[in-house]
Amino acid sequence: MELLYAACVGLMVSCGVFLILRARTFPVVLGLTMLSYAVNLFLFSSGRLSTNQAAVLGYSAEYADPLPQALVLTAIVIGFAMTAFVVILAIRGRTDLGSDHVDGQAPKSNKKVKV
Amino acid sequence: MIQHLPFLPVLLPMLAGVILLIPPFGNSKTSKRVTSVMLSIVAFIAALALLMKVHADGTQVYAIGDWSAPFGIVLVADPLSTLLVCLATLLGVVCVLYASAGDDEKGSFFHPLVHFLILGVSGAFLTGDAFNLFVFFEVLLIASYALLMHGGDKKNTRAALHYVILNLVGSAVFLIALGVLYGVLGTLNMADMALKVAVLQGDDVYLAKIGGLLLLIVFALKGALLPLHLWLPNTYATAMPVVAALFAIMTKVGIYSMMRVYTLIFGNEAGQLSHMAQSWLWWLAIATIVMGAVGVLASKDLRKLVANLVIVSVGTLVALVAVQTAEASAAAIYYLVHSTLVTAALFILADLIARQRGKVADRITAATPVHQPMLLGVCFLIAAVAVIGMPPLSGFIGKVWLLKATLNAEYTFVFWALYLMVSLAVLIAIAKAGSTVFWHHQGKVAENTRQERVHPAQLIALIILISGAPLMSVFAGPLSEYVIGAASQLHDFNSNINLILSGGL
Repeated sequence: MELLYAACVGLMVSCGVFLILRARTFPVVLGLTMLSYAVNLFLFSSGRLSTNQAAVLGYSAEYADPLPQALVLTAIVIGFAMTAFVVILAIRGRTDLGSDHVDGQAPKSNKKVKV
Repeated sequence: MIQHLPFLPVLLPMLAGVILLIPPFGNSKTSKRVTSVMLSIVAFIAALALLMKVHADGTQVYAIGDWSAPFGIVLVADPLSTLLVCLATLLGVVCVLYASAGDDEKGSFFHPLVHFLILGVSGAFLTGDAFNLFVFFEVLLIASYALLMHGGDKKNTRAALHYVILNLVGSAVFLIALGVLYGVLGTLNMADMALKVAVLQGDDVYLAKIGGLLLLIVFALKGALLPLHLWLPNTYATAMPVVAALFAIMTKVGIYSMMRVYTLIFGNEAGQLSHMAQSWLWWLAIATIVMGAVGVLASKDLRKLVANLVIVSVGTLVALVAVQTAEASAAAIYYLVHSTLVTAALFILADLIARQRGKVADRITAATPVHQPMLLGVCFLIAAVAVIGMPPLSGFIGKVWLLKATLNAEYTFVFWALYLMVSLAVLIAIAKAGSTVFWHHQGKVAENTRQERVHPAQLIALIILISGAPLMSVFAGPLSEYVIGAASQLHDFNSNINLILSGGL
């Protein structure tokens, strides 16, 4: 389970970083979302992975650490708000700058790609 | 009431933000402005009251919801954090006052956003919990995103896009760092983390090191340290000047967090991990100072110049943090207060000058003279003398202090030489900018700029900020005593830990 979990987190982080480096606002937003999923999973695992254990003291002999779950919840809420903001900002950037490149215009070497 | 005092600097700005959104106060321009100024003054008074209390009775520890540390979240009002909370709320008062002269109507929700920003900043200063620090960072960031877009144009959108994306990635790194540290240490209370770090063994040491250095990346991004500083000049120069003045405190939040984390958690007592960030910080800080100076010399307009001055001050502060002695921290705290006030004053001055020069705005080139040369000129002179660090103002005291504090650091001769050269560069750049703006004229005062006289509210805001520099040098005695006390408290590992974990009793 640990290997699968770690591989998932790693894969999502690498996808997220790749998408962010695409430097167009839509992939960047997707990349940020991917990165925040990975981060949430990672935070969740910081309380050690276990199955069939209650997160409440006294309900099972071995219990799961409840704190990472609370942290993930907070991180999800904050991440959600931030994503909403960056989507709006990306739309505004598209209208204001006339391009979906994060710098307002694509660098010259990329001009072959027709938008 | 009195035992809840440490919570007020967080609670009051939040209430202020909410009150300003609801009808009776949020209806007309005037009612919004009056309420906002009043509420910001109330928050400042609460911060002052907390300062008095901390000065009289020592550090206050406030357990939120009465959940005691390390299980619950605590707010720690020690002399350092309280001083900075006072500074943040003062800056809030000034900016709200300044914007009430008309800037607040260039976009929506200016006043509530300022209060939310102050909430985030005060919370980040006060909190004693690493995850709570993240939450307050996000609060101040989302307010800053919206403020950055306030009254913006195209250039502004681009800078905001960069700033937001960078900070979102920064937040992800912050969470990863916290996850690693929690996984290793099993706690997020900073005092408890410090205890656990000291007894780490085996592979856990390296994991904790990874976590700690990831945190360094985040704080370096917020504080604009060298490889991660490129966002700052554009962001600060395209934001509305009053917003940029308010942002003067935000880089300081990053530096303050560095101070906390690398003196308390990874400080003297941290066993194998003690001072792990020191060698990184020292050289990066020196490089930051040099890059800032290059930026200052290359700046073509006043706002960019001031933004680059912020980078120089960040470098200076981080160098002091890297020395990690109580004396260096004392110098850092004094310099931090000084540089925040002076850069905020300079941003506001740049705005006032730009308004009176018509189309040329704040570009450093010969143009029509400003309408009120005496007022603006004298203010510019005071702020310039302070920021360059010439006697008799606060910059000089800060500079002498910091040179003395770095006397025993490694390779201090490199730092001294570079720092003094940078001071010379800053002196030249500012002297050139000042003489060009105030003495090199072309044509007469344009008719339409005659309307743009300094508004009384703007004048009061400006005077409050400008008077910081002379006051900090007149009252340098009591202030330095307080600051030395704050620094020694910051470095007093055992009493900090005992105080926080016992709930301040």
